[in-house]
Amino acid sequence: MSEAINKAVLESTQIAIMEQLPETGVPARSPLAHQQQTASRTAPENPGVYLWESALKTHLALRGDANNADFANGVEAATGLALPEVLQSNHNNEWALSWIAPDEWLLTGPGDQALAMEMSLREQLGGHYAVINVGGGQTLVRLAGPRARSVLMKSCPYDVHDRNFPVGKVVNTVLGKSQATLRRVGDDEWELVVRRSFADYIWRWLVDASQEYRLSLEQPTQGASKNRAGRLQASPVEN
Amino acid sequence: MFYIYCPYCGEHREEEEFHPKGQAHLSRPTDPDACSDEEWGDYLYFRDNPRGLHHEIWVHAIGCRKFFNATRDTQSYEILETYRMGDAPRVTHFTDTQKS
Repeated sequence: MSEAINKAVLESTQIAIMEQLPETGVPARSPLAHQQQTASRTAPENPGVYLWESALKTHLALRGDANNADFANGVEAATGLALPEVLQSNHNNEWALSWIAPDEWLLTGPGDQALAMEMSLREQLGGHYAVINVGGGQTLVRLAGPRARSVLMKSCPYDVHDRNFPVGKVVNTVLGKSQATLRRVGDDEWELVVRRSFADYIWRWLVDASQEYRLSLEQPTQGASKNRAGRLQASPVEN
Repeated sequence: MFYIYCPYCGEHREEEEFHPKGQAHLSRPTDPDACSDEEWGDYLYFRDNPRGLHHEIWVHAIGCRKFFNATRDTQSYEILETYRMGDAPRVTHFTDTQKS
């Protein structure tokens, strides 16, 4: 984006917009960096659950009126994603837009594009709206594998069965003694938005809850978590 | 355990996700400078504590974080309806079958 547009956006909004990525030489630390360093890297054979942090992503909170066509169109023009319906999400290769509240959405995507996306949104949107970079306050935890759902079943009171929680649904609910926003990314893959200060607790909770299903702290290789037949065999009672 | 319907999420959710926030439909005196201390005090501090039907504000705190209203029977704890802010309650008195 050109400097001229940047300047026009800044002048019209009167809002301090800044690059929040640290300068080169200053290490960025995710809320779970210490867990990544200390965790055992020996993956068990045929893991039932994969748990990893999707660290240092862009998190932008969008506020506005969904019934205002200018707002809805502006968001779509900037992100390429339509505003999702209640408890739903839309995503493309890079960005995901999740429903949080009737007038609030969460946009997550590549960590180095926060400023560019924020400027793009401010350029497209007008009137009564808000774009807030909340990336410093929360992080993404990914949970996958044939027994990932079993981990969620004992961690939160919400019904995560297929009939109530199809792929693409987003729910903010209780997780352990804290809370998280659950998004079902795929049949056996979930994304959790957790608060920075609760990230350590939730990580430990999930690690503990996953032990009985053979936990791997690595991202699964392509296709490893897509094996639904395996899950059906492994847990006939739950289905 | 309550199973409460959030009118904004359009789903029933566990009580854990909600907080009660007291009596609903309080109207602020239109001209605070002109009302008596008693009227202002009533508005600020005094709340109904009925035995039976009660209109209350609840918030979906661990959810969409929206405030909404609920009509609840304070004797049986039954929630008779939930409705959005700004809407009028549909249940304003007990029918014979509901009367406890």
